Amino acid sequence: MGFNEKMIQVDNLSKSFGSVKAVDDISFQVKRGELFAFLGVNGAGKSTTISMICGQNTADRGSISVNGMDTRKSSRRVKGTIGVVFQDSALDKPLTGRENLKSRAALYGITGKSFECRLQELIRTFELEEFIDRPFGKLSGGQRRRLDIARALIHKPELLILDEPTTGLDPQTRRMIWSIIQELREKDGLTVFLTTHYMEEAAAADYVVIIDHGKIVAEGTPYELKNEYVKDTLNIYGITEDEVKLLDMSYKEIRDGYQLRVETPAAVTELIQKNPDIFRDYELIKGGMDDVFLAVTGKVLGGEQS
Amino acid sequence: MSVLASMISRNRKLFFRDKGMFFSSMITPVILIVLYVTFLAKVYKDSFTSNLPETVSISHKLINGAVAGQLAAALLAVTCVTVTFCVNLTMIQDKALGIRKDFDIAPVSRPRIYLGYFLATVLNSLMINGLALLLCLGYIKLMGWYLTAGDVMLLIVDVFILVMFGAVLSSLICYPLTTQGQLSAVGTIISAFYGFICGAYMPISSFGEGLQKVMSYLPCTYGTAMLKNHMLNGVFEGMQAEGLPPEIVSSIGDSLDCNPVFRGSAVAPGTMMVIMLVSILILGGIYLLITMKSENSRKQ
Repeated sequence: MGFNEKMIQVDNLSKSFGSVKAVDDISFQVKRGELFAFLGVNGAGKSTTISMICGQNTADRGSISVNGMDTRKSSRRVKGTIGVVFQDSALDKPLTGRENLKSRAALYGITGKSFECRLQELIRTFELEEFIDRPFGKLSGGQRRRLDIARALIHKPELLILDEPTTGLDPQTRRMIWSIIQELREKDGLTVFLTTHYMEEAAAADYVVIIDHGKIVAEGTPYELKNEYVKDTLNIYGITEDEVKLLDMSYKEIRDGYQLRVETPAAVTELIQKNPDIFRDYELIKGGMDDVFLAVTGKVLGGEQS
Repeated sequence: MSVLASMISRNRKLFFRDKGMFFSSMITPVILIVLYVTFLAKVYKDSFTSNLPETVSISHKLINGAVAGQLAAALLAVTCVTVTFCVNLTMIQDKALGIRKDFDIAPVSRPRIYLGYFLATVLNSLMINGLALLLCLGYIKLMGWYLTAGDVMLLIVDVFILVMFGAVLSSLICYPLTTQGQLSAVGTIISAFYGFICGAYMPISSFGEGLQKVMSYLPCTYGTAMLKNHMLNGVFEGMQAEGLPPEIVSSIGDSLDCNPVFRGSAVAPGTMMVIMLVSILILGGIYLLITMKSENSRKQ
């Protein structure tokens, strides 16, 4: 098993709702075991794509295969290999965590002792012991999210779809969730399909696809995207304006020095070699995924503004 | 089976823990009890006594038994359907709250999910209506017991048939609905109007001729009449035993909707059962076809 096997293959996928083209002829693939980030503002077509991958919706055109199986022809087998954490929880508020997990496990044929064994594993992994018998509606956001993810993993899926899993969570819970997911990826080779508004999460992905107005507008590894779409920032501290002018580049004054935009680290090396006296104290900051997103779509992810 | 058993258990817990839904299912029976306590019981008592010839007098126990039987039959006729509707509102609530998507991503076919809702509705409603039947029988025992073991058995069958009718009807109505607003509207409309259209609040015989004709085409009319017949059969026999002429007993039966007429012909209790069973089969068949069609169109 490795990154060379395809877990998801999407070809020329389209879906319209009335006159609105929610997804417009997109193609991409997700390799087994990788963390795949699918980015886009609200309404870009992410959720529609996810709903087609996990069989809630059918495509107007195109095809999707998961784990080598066509989602239309082998719908039930495909569903058995996917776990989904929805943006908004889909568990029953009046029921306890245990009752929720029990009712959902039965949908996958997991009952009796098999369920009890799996439940104990999940309780240990997600530290659910303290609140597993409390009504879901009375739990904190972080506790609910842990149960949501436990529910998605109840049948040991090979593909985990996370639709904005950490939105609104405190940093400690976010760290805990990501550490568990990382462990599952390493231990079980779990493939993770992620949509998120947190760019540090997207930056940790193996591959990123950015979707806007239903079309793919950029894709690549975070490294490739940063190199292609954003410039690096060079901060030089403790110099005068006369000195920065010697570099013959546009600049911006910052609190303790000047800031320049550079194409590549190689360009910085060249500048340093030409002007070693100026570079007494400096730092090179690589462009982030939020800059990539802004450059590609003209929008701020999470802010939804142009 | 595990999927169905799990859905039945889940829906039962949801219904009984959702106090709002539970109490809304009790609105219609409460309205009915209030109507009886405030004036309907008196109206029926007066109606019985005023219809009696001066030469005949019947016991208070018989009159009380008749009024109690009338109340119990009306109560069960509405609760079997309105409670079933409220139990089945879980189907809409799941869609409105986005919980349904959790079932849709599981490897379970849609017809099976809908069968789960249906069976959960039938079983949970039978629990409540079974309890309601016991309470009604207890009340009748206090007021005047004229029921035979056979009548009680028939009443149990009636409750089952009416719950099945409520389940298929509510499943068909709830199937396309998806929002909280629609859920509230259905709950309110059914709670408020079903008692009238099935003849539980007021006997259909007291309505205008045109309305009576329209209602003769509704299966629920025969559901209520079926219950009234089995609930009051012993009382009518008791009236004849106390010397009331059969034609007077029959006219009392007419005034209580025990002898409904369809296109000029009286419908017998056995035929009422057949009408209800055929309605259940037709509505159930339509529901099955719709859920299967939706599954097939999803696969295409």
